[in-house]
Amino acid sequence: MTQDLIPIYIYSRKYYVPEGSTIITALEYLGFKLKKGVGCKEGFCGACASLYRLKGDYKLKGGLGCQTVVQPEMQIVQIPFVPAPKAVYKIEELQPDPEIFVRYYPELYRCLSCNTCTKICPQELQVMDFVQAAVRGDFEQVANLSFDCIMCGLCSARCPAEITQFNVAMLARRIYGKYLMKKSTFLEQRLKEIESGKYEEGYRELMSLSQEELKNRYFQREIDFQIT
Amino acid sequence: MTRMPYYPGCTLKTKAQNYDLSTRAVFRELGIDLVELPRWNCCGAVFSLVTDDLLRQVAPITNLIRVQELQGTDSVDDPRLVVPCAMCFNVLKRANARMKDNPEDLKKINDFLYLESQPYRGEVQIIHTLELLKEISAKRIKEQVKFPLLGLKVSPYYGCNLLRPKDVAIDNPENPTLLEDFTQALGAEVVFNNRRLRCCGSYQTVSEKGLVADLVYDIIMGAARAGADLIITACPLCSFNLDWRQKEAMEAHSDHKLIPVIYYTELMALALGIGNGFGGEHFVDPQPLLQKFLEKEKGGI
Ligand code: SF4
Ligand code: SF4
Ligand code: SF4
Ligand code: FES
Repeated sequence: MTQDLIPIYIYSRKYYVPEGSTIITALEYLGFKLKKGVGCKEGFCGACASLYRLKGDYKLKGGLGCQTVVQPEMQIVQIPFVPAPKAVYKIEELQPDPEIFVRYYPELYRCLSCNTCTKICPQELQVMDFVQAAVRGDFEQVANLSFDCIMCGLCSARCPAEITQFNVAMLARRIYGKYLMKKSTFLEQRLKEIESGKYEEGYRELMSLSQEELKNRYFQREIDFQIT
Repeated sequence: MTRMPYYPGCTLKTKAQNYDLSTRAVFRELGIDLVELPRWNCCGAVFSLVTDDLLRQVAPITNLIRVQELQGTDSVDDPRLVVPCAMCFNVLKRANARMKDNPEDLKKINDFLYLESQPYRGEVQIIHTLELLKEISAKRIKEQVKFPLLGLKVSPYYGCNLLRPKDVAIDNPENPTLLEDFTQALGAEVVFNNRRLRCCGSYQTVSEKGLVADLVYDIIMGAARAGADLIITACPLCSFNLDWRQKEAMEAHSDHKLIPVIYYTELMALALGIGNGFGGEHFVDPQPLLQKFLEKEKGGI
């Protein structure tokens, strides 16, 4: 089987790679040794952030290397890491008070509402909207809008106000989860069951199984629990 | 109920929630339902005078696109955008005017905002809550007053943002009467402070407390000389400065007289009988005065 090769540019140099490759598989095909800038290859870890431009389009786009399929004449660079301030705090000592952002990420209030972060986000999140929700101290809104953030860093690299959106959102989600979110009764119940030893026997049985038997069990398992 | 788009602004969602809550409550009482703009963003707080930095105009314009979006649904009856915060009002209105005067700038901003559902067409009308009250008319407000504020000496304070520059002013910039007419409609006695148009010091309050305290001393003493019990404002930053900087003013001037500061909407809520409980932190607590007044009203003098 022959596969068509298409031209792409990596760090401005032209290469030919199989059509249908992702940015990561194209790099691998070309023999790049990827020590950074790749992780799960499933679109979850956020390690493979890349910037690219398509032929004939002025827009600078952001994508996950492992999810973005290359196109002819595409120019690509990986951005494996974006330097970012990260506040150190003990969550137990914080309050769900909007002043928290003033304390840890005061640059948040420099937001120009330009939406550049939203334009670049590979997860297609409404990044500006969650930044603005943080500006007005709405933790729940930040948590909901930023839930799928994989901390790739592209928004922060592009922001004219030099905000680190993903760390602000992380702080907001932690506060929201710890102090504001409705507690799941299901979790507490399950923790009690575990403490009371309800699953001890089941665990012992699993530990005694061979790898083959374990695999069988895994694939035949019933998923019947409810998430509340 | 007439439904109108409403822009609260960040301060009304954090430090000045009492202004937001009292505004919504009094307008509901007057038959206007303020519909909060979906996905609004901070207006930028200060109108940028830099002519070649268009990025500073993007924030207000994005909000005006949100108004267009809301107008496109059937959730508002009157399309004009209602803004209570004097600072937000000033920024939004000036940015809007700038776009009308400079179609080239508007085009550049619209090109930049390519993610938006629609370009800004430059036609949104912006109205301050005080202008809306004027439209509703002093007569109508007077009719709805349950507890006329008889004997309460109220000193209106305008500050800068509602009246300057002249082309966005909600009233005659040298001799406004909006707040005075309104105060009279509530049955209160208007006292004239000749410092009512003076700048309160605005954001200097962050780095130059002393300077702002001196301005505040001058303004408050103007009201005190006129015999005011209470000062009303339409701006969260004016309110903050006039109230909290009385602490420094008092420390620096032994003759300083403490006067409480509230929003005109809170005063109105009191007179319309819809409440006195909108919260808000104060340096000079207005509650003793307001409580005393309410008791007198309820007991029937
Ligand atoms: S919000 Fe920022 S860090 Fe999170 S996924 Fe989007 S671009 Fe990446
Ligand atoms: S890129 Fe930065 S300044 Fe622009 S909207 Fe996003 S957070 Fe605000
Ligand atoms: S300018 Fe000020 S009051 Fe207006 S929205 Fe932004 S922070 Fe809020
Ligand atoms: S490698 Fe993990 S998201 Fe792409």
